[in-house]
Amino acid sequence: MRVADRLAAHRTGWHVGEVVAAAMETPLSRRIELEVPTWPGNEAGAHLDIRLTAPDGYQASRAYSLASSGPGTHVTLVVDRMEYGEVSPFLVDELAVGDRIELHGPLGAFFIWRPPMTGTAPAAPMPVQLIGAGSGVVPLFAMVDAHAHAGDATEFRLLYSVRDPEHVFFRAELEAAARDCPGPLRLDLLYTRQGPEGWPAPIGRITRERLAELAIPPADDPTIFLCGPTPFVEMVAMWLVELGHAPERIRAERFGGAA
Amino acid sequence: MSFITRGFSGRSRDRDPRLPPGQTLVDDWPVLSAGATPRIDTEEWSFRIVDETGAKHEWNWDELLALGVEDLTLDIHCVTHWTKLDMPWRGVSLDKLFEDVESQHDYVMAHSYGGYTTNLALEDLLDGKAWIATEADGEPLSPEHGGPARLLVPHLYFWKSAKWIRGLVMQPRDDPGFWEQNGYHLHGDPWLEERYW
Ligand SMILES: Cc1cc2nc3c(=O)[nH]c(=O)nc-3n(C[C@H](O)[C@H](O)[C@H](O)COP(=O)(O)OP(=O)(O)OC[C@H]3O[C@@H](n4cnc5c(N)ncnc54)[C@H](O)[C@@H]3O)c2cc1C
Repeated sequence: MRVADRLAAHRTGWHVGEVVAAAMETPLSRRIELEVPTWPGNEAGAHLDIRLTAPDGYQASRAYSLASSGPGTHVTLVVDRMEYGEVSPFLVDELAVGDRIELHGPLGAFFIWRPPMTGTAPAAPMPVQLIGAGSGVVPLFAMVDAHAHAGDATEFRLLYSVRDPEHVFFRAELEAAARDCPGPLRLDLLYTRQGPEGWPAPIGRITRERLAELAIPPADDPTIFLCGPTPFVEMVAMWLVELGHAPERIRAERFGGAA
Repeated sequence: MSFITRGFSGRSRDRDPRLPPGQTLVDDWPVLSAGATPRIDTEEWSFRIVDETGAKHEWNWDELLALGVEDLTLDIHCVTHWTKLDMPWRGVSLDKLFEDVESQHDYVMAHSYGGYTTNLALEDLLDGKAWIATEADGEPLSPEHGGPARLLVPHLYFWKSAKWIRGLVMQPRDDPGFWEQNGYHLHGDPWLEERYW
């Protein structure tokens, strides 16, 4: 595609969003709903930049994934509160309904899932393996949601590593999607510290063996979207390659944290 | 068009003048990559520059280091809003690598092990502006950070400092590479906040 056409297609720009709803998603994270009148819509997996300005002109910017996708002007974020952080505690504790913030986006064209085109010859089925840890589930949720809404038949699996049941993002939506969405989804929760009463699976951080057991096998050639803290992404991506997944089939988004 | 965000005060006011707009200072070193981290042994590693006739100038690991490694102290700026100041690096200047290269073209595509590409203008690579880096923070570059060798173009956002660098191919125009096709700016000057299109 010509550069100019791509530029037009992206329609990335600065926007002002107004907080229309905000509620704690888990004890440490908050779901923030914004109305952004100029938002051009976004694909599932995209992110935006938030820019905050203090009274003396000081500014801070951070990237946040979009939990929402599609053509609307309503945008959903879920922000995890990082202790001693500069921006996330503000977004979780201070930002209120009616407040306005500056946004830049939508951003990212690689960590994106699109429903297979309808009306064209059906492409070879390409199963999708989503792997996320902590707030890394946010863009993956957008993909699950887009898949459910498209009623798309692609096989989807979400492997979600989270410390305990209280800290699961989008619990109701994920369970509903796994139970009765028209597009198939298998939800594998991997609790790292504590599981629900009587949880049958082992508790603890992901291992190469668990990954091999739970992920779509390399023989089925899945597209893999991997997202979370950088050390998690590094470790899991290395294991996936060792298990025989082609590196070019792995798309990763690293949220930060010491590597 | 910026306006004050109600209730936001931010962290510190003594902003280092070396911080470009929209950047935050970090002590650790975050990782930005789009896929799995390739692991390449220095035994297998080589670097080449290919001109418009297809002629190749090629160096293996020892030949690269034999060109002369410089010690550098640099600031690096990532598009995801972090900046690291006064970072020690070691690398070979691209001026040395381009010494015998003849080309009419003004641009290059940088190619990496693992298939990633990024586009650059020669203007941003020569005259002491860019290196093939082999060490950072006093240690050999780790694979997550692009080791064994990455391009180092510190005056541009850090995705331009292609990790796992394998070669440069001369090109007549500034055609976009992988990162640029995926929404990053063609040039990437942090002082002009050339982050995205
Ligand atoms: C593309 C992208 C999408 C993102 N999407 C989301 C999202 O949907 N939800 C969300 O909550 N966050 C997301 N993040 C992370 C977010 O951008 C901020 O880094 C995070 O909110 C911390 O900002 P802060 O200002 O509170 O902390 P800072 O003041 O920037 O940092 C405080 C300390 O924490 C470290 N740190 C920063 N991020 C992490 C991390 N993820 N894990 C461990 N240590 C870290 C820093 O290195 C620093 O030492 C995303 C990041 C990227 C790059």
